[in-house]
Amino acid sequence: MTQHRTPLVEMKNISISFGGIHAVDNASVDLYPGEVVALLGHNGAGKSTLIKILSGAYKRDNGEILINGEPVQISNPRDAKGYGIETIYQTLAVADNVDAAANLYLGRELRTPWGTLDDVAMEAKAREVMGRLNPNFRRFKEPVKALSGGQRQSVAIARAILFDARILIMDEPTAALGPQETAQVGELIKQLKREGIGIFLISHDIHDVFDLADRVSVMKNGQVVGHARTQDVTKDEVLGMIILGKVPPGAIAGPGAMQTA
Amino acid sequence: MANKTIAAPASSTLKTQGTALQRFLQATEIDTRLLGMVGALLLIWIGFEISTGGLFLTPRNLWNLTVQASSVSVMATGMVLVIVTRNIDLSVGSILGFVGMIMAITQARILPPLIGFDNPATWVIALTIGILLGAAIGAFQGMIIAFLSVPAFIVTLGGLLIWRAAAFLVISGATVAPMDTKFRIMGGGADGSIGATASWVVGVIACVAIVLSIVNSRKQRKRFGFPLRPKWAEYFLSITGCVGVLGAVWVLNSYYMPVNLAKRYAELNNIAWPEGGLQIPLGIAVPVLMAVGIAIAMSFLTTRTRFGRYVFAIGGNPEAAELAGIKTRWVTVRIFALMGALCAIAAAISTARLNAATNAQGTLDELYTIAAAVIGGTSLAGGVGTIAGAVIGAIVMQSLQSGMVLLRVDTPLQSIVIGIVLVMAVWLDTVYRGRAK
Ligand SMILES: Nc1ncnc2c1ncn2[C@@H]1O[C@H](COP(=O)(O)OP(=O)(O)OP(=O)(O)O)[C@@H](O)[C@H]1O
Ligand SMILES: [Mg+2]
Repeated sequence: MTQHRTPLVEMKNISISFGGIHAVDNASVDLYPGEVVALLGHNGAGKSTLIKILSGAYKRDNGEILINGEPVQISNPRDAKGYGIETIYQTLAVADNVDAAANLYLGRELRTPWGTLDDVAMEAKAREVMGRLNPNFRRFKEPVKALSGGQRQSVAIARAILFDARILIMDEPTAALGPQETAQVGELIKQLKREGIGIFLISHDIHDVFDLADRVSVMKNGQVVGHARTQDVTKDEVLGMIILGKVPPGAIAGPGAMQTA
Repeated sequence: MANKTIAAPASSTLKTQGTALQRFLQATEIDTRLLGMVGALLLIWIGFEISTGGLFLTPRNLWNLTVQASSVSVMATGMVLVIVTRNIDLSVGSILGFVGMIMAITQARILPPLIGFDNPATWVIALTIGILLGAAIGAFQGMIIAFLSVPAFIVTLGGLLIWRAAAFLVISGATVAPMDTKFRIMGGGADGSIGATASWVVGVIACVAIVLSIVNSRKQRKRFGFPLRPKWAEYFLSITGCVGVLGAVWVLNSYYMPVNLAKRYAELNNIAWPEGGLQIPLGIAVPVLMAVGIAIAMSFLTTRTRFGRYVFAIGGNPEAAELAGIKTRWVTVRIFALMGALCAIAAAISTARLNAATNAQGTLDELYTIAAAVIGGTSLAGGVGTIAGAVIGAIVMQSLQSGMVLLRVDTPLQSIVIGIVLVMAVWLDTVYRGRAK
């Protein structure tokens, strides 16, 4: 259904190694507007590394990135943000010693006409966004250090959706969340999808993935095993891709597929 | 009483709970750590007052204390930013020595043949050259730290040796004197103080500024419907601030010109020398005004600007700051450049006060500066620190030194005490942070 449109993001033949380890090896993924693509794979498969190349945290050794069909250079996080790419990192990447509002606007602070920080305006907006995401959140004046894991996660998510992103990368966004907050993030993903935002979702929860994602891409040892539309495969088949690298009939094989008949 | 006065919208974070003291601290939003430091300072003062038999808390001693603390205080405000970003600068004392020497050579050797002795522009030229040189040295060290990833400890340890040697080499170890008369105003003393009337004016302006800033911040919070501090807390803060400022001015104005200076002053101004002597208040010393001005500017920089926000974010989580798109390396370079410029201002104060530049000037100042910042609550683990704390830390250090001099404690014993205090301050910081977790 989306095949004849231009992809929002195309990552082609991406490779990166750290020392001798090929963390990502000749991997290709794509993403269309209003689509959720889940990236799956065992621990250390290279998921985080692949999306960090898109978000500007790492520089690729080889490969190409296209946004709306145009080749782009992303060499730092600022470049990525310039293309409307927002990221929720697995490690959350929040500055512990400043408050929620300061974290939300880190790097893009609102300023008064005199060029000073407009803290009240930032706090007001923070209260609004956090109210939508996590209505129980009250601790706006405290350093993020004092917050619970889930509260910190809401801060990280709020930061990504605060600035109109076109491409959202979520690396295990619900890892530290309770059931209610997880459901809220699920709702949020559906809402963002309706707004036409493309989302890369990394998750180990296969149920969540089938609930939210349009397509899955599975990685193993830095390579892409294959990708499939969620409606064309079963959960067990996807688990087979993750664990064994076995590509079911409903999926398209990648370079990392198991080499058997 | 709290129930009546707390303006509490539904989302209020100000809860009325705990003891009266806790409620008080919560309502006034006073930094408990800062309060603790002020308390420790008062204890030290009272201790010395008793043990010296009333020599410590005199206008004369306190006036001298403020002047002597100003040079280290200026550098300590910059050291806060350095330490907050998990770096250290061991070269500040040597930079002070080298830059002070260059400023002295500029005004005593280079400029007089060109523009004549006591040219009114001399001090401006010397100070400008000093600040530019200091900033350049700092930026250079910062670039090695940021872009070549050599640890700040090593780079500035190298700087400690290099700039000290440079201060010796530029003039083969000679002492350069005297300084330009206008330049000397930055050192304090008879001509370097602003007198009683101007001091009161400064005090009143400071009070107006305190009240205006409290009113303004309340207005801002009201505009967005945020929880407000209770009215009584605002009054308390305004009144305490004003009483503190005016009290300090009063103390400084109670110190009169020493007799020999007063006599010269009387002669110069054709005043007949009266029977009981002349009592001319010196007022606030210029270096003290400079230190206070710099402390205010640095506080503004750290709390109200983007740069300051980035400094703290980098200190809290360098990786997160980088991922947020902050140019963390350039921020590091700017911090060290700023540190270098502050060293130059401290150098101006200390060469002006000594009326000479020697190649040993500023020796061990790196330790006093770091100690001031750390005693003032800057955490060596990074991410935490205040300018006000560092200034109090500088006053604590100077109080210990002055007090021990009054008590005629031997120099080696003074060093031992300072060393113990420094270690204890860091230990207290560890305890405090352990509890805060
Ligand atoms: N900065 C780095 N330096 C060295 N090796 C790295 C670095 N980042 C990742 N790696 C290696 O690259 C490989 C892929 O790691 P990555 O974090 O991408 O895995 P992942 O699929 O996100 O796993 P998880 O599900 O546990 O988050 C691992 O072998 C890891 O050790
Ligand atoms: Mg990962």
